[in-house]
Amino acid sequence: MPLLERLQTLDRRIIFLFIGLSVLVPLLFPITFPEHPSPIVTAIYDGIESLPERSIVLMPFDYDPSTAPELDPMATSLMRHCMTRNLRVCTMALWPEGQGMANNIMSIVVEREFPDKVYGEDYVNLGYKAGAQGLINTLLLSMRSMYTTDAAGTPVDEIPLMKNIHTLRDFAFIMNLSAGRPGTKEWIQFAGDPGDIPIASGSTAVQAPLMYPYYPSQMVGMMGGLKGAAEYEALLVKGYPQFKNSSAVATGLMAPQAFAHLVIMVFIIIGNIIFFVERRQKDR
Amino acid sequence: MNLSPLELTINGILTLMILSFLYKDNPFYKFAEHLFVGVSAAYWMVQGVWQTLMPNLIARIFPGAVSSFLPDAVGKSPDYYFLIPAAFGLLLLTRLLPKGNWLSRWALAFVVGYAAGTNFVRYLQSDFVAQIRSTMVPLVVLKDSGGLDLGQSFSHLVLIVGVLSGLVYFFFSKEHKGTTGRISRVGIWILMVTFGASFGYTVMARISLLLGRMQSLRDWVEHLIGLF
Repeated sequence: MPLLERLQTLDRRIIFLFIGLSVLVPLLFPITFPEHPSPIVTAIYDGIESLPERSIVLMPFDYDPSTAPELDPMATSLMRHCMTRNLRVCTMALWPEGQGMANNIMSIVVEREFPDKVYGEDYVNLGYKAGAQGLINTLLLSMRSMYTTDAAGTPVDEIPLMKNIHTLRDFAFIMNLSAGRPGTKEWIQFAGDPGDIPIASGSTAVQAPLMYPYYPSQMVGMMGGLKGAAEYEALLVKGYPQFKNSSAVATGLMAPQAFAHLVIMVFIIIGNIIFFVERRQKDR
Repeated sequence: MNLSPLELTINGILTLMILSFLYKDNPFYKFAEHLFVGVSAAYWMVQGVWQTLMPNLIARIFPGAVSSFLPDAVGKSPDYYFLIPAAFGLLLLTRLLPKGNWLSRWALAFVVGYAAGTNFVRYLQSDFVAQIRSTMVPLVVLKDSGGLDLGQSFSHLVLIVGVLSGLVYFFFSKEHKGTTGRISRVGIWILMVTFGASFGYTVMARISLLLGRMQSLRDWVEHLIGLF
């Protein structure tokens, strides 16, 4: 069978195999590429750096385990950054699974790396509430009408961190981690714009192009996909070298990502060559 | 995420079951898929009941009945205004009745009306007015030192040309010939670049998810090797 015919009828499982190998091999033999932070990511880092100590950052975890490989590295770096800067963090979720994702990040970052931080004083997880944009709309007027307790059932009035938090406007910064809807778009529409609250986003790569139009006038900055997470890790390590070893998850995954992209590009080029050769043969 | 050996094993086996679909459809894939749907539905329901329904509705109407397991309800007096949303919620469930399912439309009408009203205002302000404002940028940007900021000026030029030519492409009241045709052609190019960027980002997202699975498989294999 001639090569062209063989490529035309190439079993898609062979392509899967190539993609799998392109990811697996660099994962087993790690290579690290240097990261150059883009302005849209640097803006988030600068935004957090500019907050006065003990400011309260709201971090809504609007994602589930299916997008954790992209968003967990962002959440980890942001939590580290906030804790190092002695900021207070309040998490919540518009997605039911988001509550668990927030708990996970708190346990692996705050409880292990910052044992002196106290739950309820330095960080709190308010948990999930149904309602999507309707919930945000209500929180802009009153936090307590929806959040009477935190995720563990402790009354909000007994949580020191929540003492002066009555509406979303009382947060210094909203750092949304979003995998879709409800997510960053709703936070901008229903909190950032009407409440004039600075909002930044950690978005999945699929969602990132839809969020770009909001930058910079309606959104402080954005981390788009794993690349955005790697850029933020680079900024964090530059500012706080003590995180050189721990903040390298996304950075370490950029090499397999690059190899997989190369393989996909090669297949796209092969596909195009076949298309043009086929067309020429038909014209004859 | 740090997992125990048992969790790692379950994670690894279920990942292999799902990935087996790449070869062909099979009962292992079906099992993992159904398990995922079942667990997700149950998790959503439990979260909905304990995080929203109990503290935000039941605890407000019958605080005494739930005060033994909801500390926030202790000492609170009933707020009977919440019977109204409770009634609307129950009306939604009448969809399940063979007769009287029309009652659910009342509650649904409220939901649709509220959503349409709030969304309309917010979309108009954030996605229309604010976006138009963001497009009104100077074509010539000067640096603080006084010189021309070439990069920023070019960026603004691309923004304005992109928006205008894209709008012309979707303007169907005039035939796309002559100048209009040429501008709409630029609009098509802008759209194609946008779709290409979106596709690129989507590829990155999918590879990231594959990386997550590969990492968990690697951790599982490393654990298995460690056992011997």
